[in-house]
Amino acid sequence: MKKMSVLLSSICLILICASVSFAAGTIKIGGLFAVTGPASFLGEPEKKTLELLVKETNEKGGINGQKLEAVIYDTGGDATKAVQLATKLIKDDRVSVIIGPSTTGESMAVIPVVEKEKIPLISCAAGIKITDPVKHWVFKTPANDHVAAEKILNYMAGKKQKSFALLTVTDGFGASGREQIKVLAKQKGFTIVADEVYGPKDTDMTSQLTKIRGVKADAIICWGTNPGPAVVTKNVKQLGIKTPLYMSHGVASKKYIELAGADSAEGVMLPAGKLAIYDALSKSDPQYKLLKSYDQDYKKTFNMEASTFGGYAYDAFLLATGAIKKAGSTPEQIRNGIEQTSKLVSISGIFSMSSKDHNGLDLSAFEMVKVVKGDWVMIK
Amino acid sequence: MQFDQILQYTLSGLSTGAIYALIGIGFSIIYNATGIINFAQGEFVMLGGLLTLSCLDLLKLPLWAAIPCAVAVSTVVGILFERLAIRPLRHPTPINLVIITIGGSILIRGLAMLVWGKDTHTIPAFSGDAPIAIGGATILPQHIWILAITLIIIMVNKVYFYHTISGKAMRACSYNRRAAGLVGIDVKRMVLFSFIISSAMGSIAGIIVAPLTMTAYDVGVMLGLKGFCAAIIGGMSSGISTVIGGLILGVLESLGAGLISSGYKDAIAFIILLLILFIRPQGLFGKADSERV
Repeated sequence: MKKMSVLLSSICLILICASVSFAAGTIKIGGLFAVTGPASFLGEPEKKTLELLVKETNEKGGINGQKLEAVIYDTGGDATKAVQLATKLIKDDRVSVIIGPSTTGESMAVIPVVEKEKIPLISCAAGIKITDPVKHWVFKTPANDHVAAEKILNYMAGKKQKSFALLTVTDGFGASGREQIKVLAKQKGFTIVADEVYGPKDTDMTSQLTKIRGVKADAIICWGTNPGPAVVTKNVKQLGIKTPLYMSHGVASKKYIELAGADSAEGVMLPAGKLAIYDALSKSDPQYKLLKSYDQDYKKTFNMEASTFGGYAYDAFLLATGAIKKAGSTPEQIRNGIEQTSKLVSISGIFSMSSKDHNGLDLSAFEMVKVVKGDWVMIK
Repeated sequence: MQFDQILQYTLSGLSTGAIYALIGIGFSIIYNATGIINFAQGEFVMLGGLLTLSCLDLLKLPLWAAIPCAVAVSTVVGILFERLAIRPLRHPTPINLVIITIGGSILIRGLAMLVWGKDTHTIPAFSGDAPIAIGGATILPQHIWILAITLIIIMVNKVYFYHTISGKAMRACSYNRRAAGLVGIDVKRMVLFSFIISSAMGSIAGIIVAPLTMTAYDVGVMLGLKGFCAAIIGGMSSGISTVIGGLILGVLESLGAGLISSGYKDAIAFIILLLILFIRPQGLFGKADSERV
């Protein structure tokens, strides 16, 4: 009897060892992020998020018994470097899927490489050109800028605000926003009464706003990322302009209120991704639990608030691992799996991909919020 | 065009111009003492703002104590910069020195990025931010602080350069280094002094503008360039002409943005810079025959 149990337990042991060595085949996920350089505010949280998620998944035993391995390179925001590193990920590291790059320029540069090598790419950049027209192997997680713009215009239509002044930053984000707002405004019958711009490093926008004050608009839409919009907000207060002020989703973080000062930011409205405002969401919101756990895990590990940008990498990770679970782990299977994603609850929104839509987000990805006493309040 | 709009453009321009002037004078002082353009000047502006932030947040000092503290630390950085990067150079040709200051500015910026991160920060306004109406235009209390502090610094400068021994010695160095050395002026010490003064002034500029413009590790680049424009318009003088240069630049930028197009705001500054360099390289107010060393 004793011999028997020893034999059985040793068989078990061998089987366990065998299964472990079988599972040792890892799935490699490539990451291309602008961790340094001018776009580092995007790349850094993206890299941290991906590392955090891979670690957590492996601690839970991996996917279908297979461990994950992240191979992450820093592109420095440079498109040429991004192309070289993408080739390296595919040829040397033999990754099954690539997450990133962080910026639109880099993503556009990398697209021909992945299309040729047939490796799925999930970009973390917002530019509409990335997935419009649809490319077979390319997906992206941030919602298109025009979705945010449409959210603002729909809200304005509800408030009977028919004309607005536009104030945009002269970088890629501002230029793309400006273009798309103009198209949408035309479609929806708004009049743009002023079209002003400011430089990303400008420190005083009173000239532009004085001009805007002179044209009597129903609203002002400012499109930019920190710190410009915070300066605009302060200047609006200084000039005593009472026109409703709308900001883009680019400043949907507490940092903006902190920079502009709660007093000056009072009443500013903007479309926010749900991560920035998850504590204002109702507990029954399908994203609530995920948003909360991401923010808390991130805070615990890195001692800073989770950002929308890190959320883009989170979405990409969920899309990729969801596809691996369902369809398998070869590049072809992952691609097909991502395209079949339906109602995937993630950070930026609820993704439903199709062969015609490789972004998968709609207007529900944003909520209109208003600054009240230094905090976000949802508005309808 | 309504009058109150023009008034607002002018007032906004004057207050931004005062900032440019303050930074510009920092450029001129070092130029006059050493003959080099210190392109790290903008970094002291950045250090002023960020160090004040640290004094407020980490050391929990009140604002009136945090400011001198930040100025002192930036000045120490200025001294170290002169000692470690400028003085050890064996054959100091102007071009070498200029390149060293550019290298220094990149180094300081990089270190600041590691210490304070890449985020933008803000410090509280000195005396609230309730706008003050002047005619149909408004300015903030902080603008008055900027104008007043700029004025005080210029007066102190004037007294120092014309009524103290070391100030006179520094002027002597700017006229002729060799001759100044021959009459017993320690030229190297004067160079060190010029770095002390200009880094302190740069950091003061950075502190008084931070509540308005906010501050980050890379604010020094653009502010430094605009200050440089102001100094060029003023013909690299460390007195009133650089101040006027800064104010002209600020007002033209603001009027240009308001009346022509905001897209050309920075272009206006650099077109003025190029025009001055082509047509009046001695500055708007300089005499054509005066040679500066």
